[in-house]
Amino acid sequence: MTERIARVFREEYGRAVAVLVRSLGDIDLAEEAVQDAFTEAVRRWPESGEPPSPAGWIITTARNRAIDRLRRESTRDTRHAAAHALQAPDDSPAEEEGPVHDDRLRMLFTCCHPALAAPARVALTLRLLGGLTTAEIARAFLVPEPTMAQRLVRAKAKIKKAGIPYRVPRDADLPDRLSGVLAVVYLVFTEGHTASAGGRLVREDLCAEAVRLGRLLVELMPDEPEALGLLALMLLTRSRHPARTTADGRAVLLAQQDRSRWDRALITEGQDLVRRCLRRARPGPYQVQAAIQAVHSDARRAEDTDWAQVLALYNHLLALTPTPVVALNRAVAVGEVHGPGAALAEVERIGLDTYGPAHTLRAEMLRRLNRQAEAAEAYATAASLTENEVERARLTALWESTVE
Amino acid sequence: MRQYLLSIFQPPGEMPDHEALAAIMAEVGALNDEMRAAGAWVFGNGLEAPETATVLRAEGGDVLVTDGPFVELKEHLGGFTIINAEDLDDALGWGRRLAGVLGLPVEVRPFVPQG
Repeated sequence: MTERIARVFREEYGRAVAVLVRSLGDIDLAEEAVQDAFTEAVRRWPESGEPPSPAGWIITTARNRAIDRLRRESTRDTRHAAAHALQAPDDSPAEEEGPVHDDRLRMLFTCCHPALAAPARVALTLRLLGGLTTAEIARAFLVPEPTMAQRLVRAKAKIKKAGIPYRVPRDADLPDRLSGVLAVVYLVFTEGHTASAGGRLVREDLCAEAVRLGRLLVELMPDEPEALGLLALMLLTRSRHPARTTADGRAVLLAQQDRSRWDRALITEGQDLVRRCLRRARPGPYQVQAAIQAVHSDARRAEDTDWAQVLALYNHLLALTPTPVVALNRAVAVGEVHGPGAALAEVERIGLDTYGPAHTLRAEMLRRLNRQAEAAEAYATAASLTENEVERARLTALWESTVE
Repeated sequence: MRQYLLSIFQPPGEMPDHEALAAIMAEVGALNDEMRAAGAWVFGNGLEAPETATVLRAEGGDVLVTDGPFVELKEHLGGFTIINAEDLDDALGWGRRLAGVLGLPVEVRPFVPQG
């Protein structure tokens, strides 16, 4: 039963908090009430059995708890008014409003508001929608727990005091704001996929949470092709996790991966999503990145990869998002289609001298051009620029093999 | 309804020439009119240069008068507007317009609610 309640917590915490915030207008109060309700569940469900609608039970219990708290804790008029508002009949989950006005979507836009600092957006989203504890978020991002706690407290105080609204933005602001929300979800995923620091290459918990949020976005905004694209991108990337590290934790590059270990179910789901995007013909950066991953997923062996197609998609992506990092990833495809000399010229044109992967790619191309001494130097630079121990070990091994 | 302070920050360096400045001020005037019509405008104006400021410090039972400004910054407060707004998004909407017209950074900060 405890395990079952933990699962309900993970699945329903965000929705329950979001519903309560709408009626209470106060995040802290909503969180306390929902936590009270789960404490009550742990006490009562083992005897009474799980209620027919666990989510409904949690929300109703939390609402009652909030009323109790408001009456007990304060004589302030505003809190009494809030207690009254809670008893109004309209504070059930807002099903009548349709998916776009789901309370979790409002919450997501509040958490990802551009007036909050980027790390705070990520932390708030994981806390309020993912139901992760402060300790879990702190661990995931390798910061001390008090630091993370303070970050959350400050962000919640800013939401309240600066009047960050709890609603889906107006149509005119929606594209900008949605891209901010997608960026937060993708940031959670990439942090999980290649942990920027620490001893593990993949933080599965963060990836799983990002995919869950991605699914939620698609459920809430089914007509938003970039939301589909982001989910597809995450699923296709995640399908390779089983092949990405060796048994002893070393990193394996795409070209060397045992493709029979890729997760076929995730690939199928991701590729279906990519096709759904293509039919909408409103391409965006996440969709194009997902399409690139879909091309890789199509190849049974690395040498079967349709690199011309990958390069064409990167040309498209670079037009949509002309950043040096995209240009660098495109250079990998240039190397496969036009050879290492052309790719090396690209890397040198792009610059990115403090970005480890740029030196890794330079090293690869130099090695293919048989310029071993320069390649070794580039590997060494790349190894010195990463904080991830697994990645550094791989680069150091490459440096050693090139020096010999 | 909440109140927000839109502070306009003036970087060091030369001011735009007379003609350019007049054009900017005309646009600011039009924006202020729009704010008034929307019921958002409370008060606003430009400030004279920081060297014109005088600082008063309470010390012991006395108040000391010195030549200002209180803090010497590279960027200084060039002026401000106080607005009524529904929420931060509403306030940022006006702030964005102001920053666009002036070509200067604008800080949006909430007042402590009344009552």
